[in-house]
Amino acid sequence: MSTLTVAKALGAGLRRAMTDDDRVVVMGEDVGRLGGVYRVTDGLQAEFGPRRVLDTPLAESGIIGTAVGLAYRGYRPVCEIQFDGFVFVAFDQILSQLAKMHARTGGKVRLPITIRIPVGGGIGAAEHHSESPEALFAHVAGLRVVSVANPQDAYTVLRQAVACDDPVIFFEPKRRYHLKGEVDLDPVEPLPMDRARVVREGHDVTLVTWGGLVGTALDAAVAASDDGVSVEVIDLRSLSPVDHDTVASSVRKTGRVVVTHEAPRQAGLGAEIAATVTDRCFEYLEAAPVRVTGHGMPYPPAKLEGHYLPDLDRILDGVDRVLGRVEPFVPRAVPDAGSPGEAGGPAGSVRTAEAVAR
Amino acid sequence: MPSEPAVRTGPTAATPPKAQNGHRAATPRDARADRKNVAHDVRKDVREDERTDVPRQDPGDGASTPTLRVLTEDGTRLPDPELDRWLADLDPAAPDDGARETARTTLLRLFEDMVVARRIDAEATALQRQGELALWPPLLGQEAAQVGSARALRDDDFVFSSYREHAVARVRGAELVDLVRVWRGVAVSGWDPYAIGMASPQVIIGAQTLHATGWAMGVQNDVDAGRVDASAGLPVGVAYFGDGAMSQGDVNEAFVFASTYRSPVLFFCQNNQWAISEPVALQSRVPLAERARGFGMPGVRVDGNDVLAVLAVTRAALDRARHDGGPTLIEAVTYRMGPHTTADDPKRYRDAAEVEEWTGRDPLARFEAYLRSVGVLDDAEAARVQGVADAAAAELRAGCVALTDPPPLSLFDHVYAEPHHALERERAEYAHYLESFGDGEGGDDGAGGPGAAGDRAASGTGTTATGVAR
Repeated sequence: MSTLTVAKALGAGLRRAMTDDDRVVVMGEDVGRLGGVYRVTDGLQAEFGPRRVLDTPLAESGIIGTAVGLAYRGYRPVCEIQFDGFVFVAFDQILSQLAKMHARTGGKVRLPITIRIPVGGGIGAAEHHSESPEALFAHVAGLRVVSVANPQDAYTVLRQAVACDDPVIFFEPKRRYHLKGEVDLDPVEPLPMDRARVVREGHDVTLVTWGGLVGTALDAAVAASDDGVSVEVIDLRSLSPVDHDTVASSVRKTGRVVVTHEAPRQAGLGAEIAATVTDRCFEYLEAAPVRVTGHGMPYPPAKLEGHYLPDLDRILDGVDRVLGRVEPFVPRAVPDAGSPGEAGGPAGSVRTAEAVAR
Repeated sequence: MPSEPAVRTGPTAATPPKAQNGHRAATPRDARADRKNVAHDVRKDVREDERTDVPRQDPGDGASTPTLRVLTEDGTRLPDPELDRWLADLDPAAPDDGARETARTTLLRLFEDMVVARRIDAEATALQRQGELALWPPLLGQEAAQVGSARALRDDDFVFSSYREHAVARVRGAELVDLVRVWRGVAVSGWDPYAIGMASPQVIIGAQTLHATGWAMGVQNDVDAGRVDASAGLPVGVAYFGDGAMSQGDVNEAFVFASTYRSPVLFFCQNNQWAISEPVALQSRVPLAERARGFGMPGVRVDGNDVLAVLAVTRAALDRARHDGGPTLIEAVTYRMGPHTTADDPKRYRDAAEVEEWTGRDPLARFEAYLRSVGVLDDAEAARVQGVADAAAAELRAGCVALTDPPPLSLFDHVYAEPHHALERERAEYAHYLESFGDGEGGDDGAGGPGAAGDRAASGTGTTATGVAR
């Protein structure tokens, strides 16, 4: 066992993968001499040389497209996209090329490519540096999508991703890079990459999350227990495929589910989980699934991200809502079009909440 | 102040386009919109070189970018010390008997490749017209560019092409029926890429240039690891793409990667003058080959309808790549004689006169005239080649019409390389749905025909469905 940060554990996982298989190559912007802007690849170029740890031109589509070519020739590229917001210029290569190649060649061409992407907010960054685009990738057949939340998973799941013959989008929550933990460098029978993990058991509410919010969710569970509520926390880990079996068996126990993620709610992964839980656990549910998410907007400036990101209080509010402990939010109605003079007036100027609810 | 005499000129960088014949063409988009409205007037009233509605290329530096050729349009062989170096094995007048026989065989094979390519292309177009194919992108007119380049390759090179390189695929060893699987709608690709050293054709314009570059980067890693012996000459990643692709970001990124890593790549651009309805001048103000210099690689412009010149420049570029000289961009100047695809109508956007002009530069007629002039081809040999081509066409047709629809649950087969629990569940769910139609006898009410659900259930679900359903 070693004590490592998430960033160091990722580096250790890469080093191990490169040592075990000389067809594993690391490529990306600043991954070589600099060791990556988060130092995940620190020291790898010195150890494995400039052609196995490639500093690439500043062209994300080029990184993924050449990785496809490398994989065509039998390599296992691990690409680093420097920040979440930079991945979109590589979208065609990921969606139309990488994700589809195995299917369109009838299984003849395998593209075992891992794309590492620092993800999410909470670090006070500038624009395009705090995005949570996981739903965009989880929607694409042919890709696998994972998000790690602790040093052990960082090490183990990265090795699993590199070993996987399918392309894997590998999200690394930026705010967890410096989290330290014990890492078993030779885990026996690790949890498969496509399975979720119950990280805290409970019996009143199931709280589903992943990546950067796992820590916040665990804090919320502790706070809730002080209040007499037992929250079961699931670290989803695999975002495609989603381990609905693990979620469903928890919800059948608790009867209540809260999903929280940083990305906006609209068409987010929380919707997929809520829908599937409703489908598979309908008769067990005591309340409608609750989502606690980012808002439907571009990621805000740093000084406002506290009002965007789900935090301890908002998650606890979600727990209270699913328990029926707080009044559900009911939108105020739009004023009648025919009575503009009353707009902005007191409560009487709009139809009552009761009247418009649901 | 004396007034200047009125002179009508085309637009240049310095003088913006002026109103002419009652319309104005300020941008390429305007030009196309205008052209749609007034094209006939323009064609009638304005001389070709005065037209403002068609963006045109600056002539470029002709001295630095000559269009290389060794065969004139009437088939006369021009000596060219630089290119002849790469054609030494193709001298039909070689003094040595063995060398002469080899040259004769090789020349005839090039001719046969081109004749067969044109014949199967015509057959595929006919199959589309007859409803056997949904679509077909003809290569008519580009036979020399494709055959000349493909015949320069080694087996261990790897081709990453677009969707029009039927002649390249055949030269690489693709089965003829594999050329039409996609266009018949029964598969999303034809051949096993590793069996013939050629990737599944690319539809996203230019995306494959990065794949060729990455593959070539892999060759460099293989040298480092001792898996490839560099002294034998490196295998080369070969990207085929068109003039339209030259505007794509991926292509330009591929140029950067290949050039700065000095990877063994050949960028083979068939400039067939048209990207559907858009002329090459909309993609570039300078000859495409001139772009190469900015990326730090040689750019070569070759007459793409001269199969010998294409073979020569391709051999030269490959040789350079094989010996650590890095990538080369070849611009093969040719012409798409037919439509973009069978769904296209080029009469809407280009002049019959232009097509007529290029017909006079036909790559087959030119090569045939040359072969006859040097005594390699006679009527009997030409008839033999035509027989080979007709047999290929018959083979293509027979293979095409024999292709049957794949079973429905094969949909799920290759989405992932490794087991995927969510998709397995979906497969089971769909198999269950298909089974709900029973054994196929009563399941096709209302739908009928071979696509009916009952038939689908009967043909495809059997063991698989029971194997995974829970």
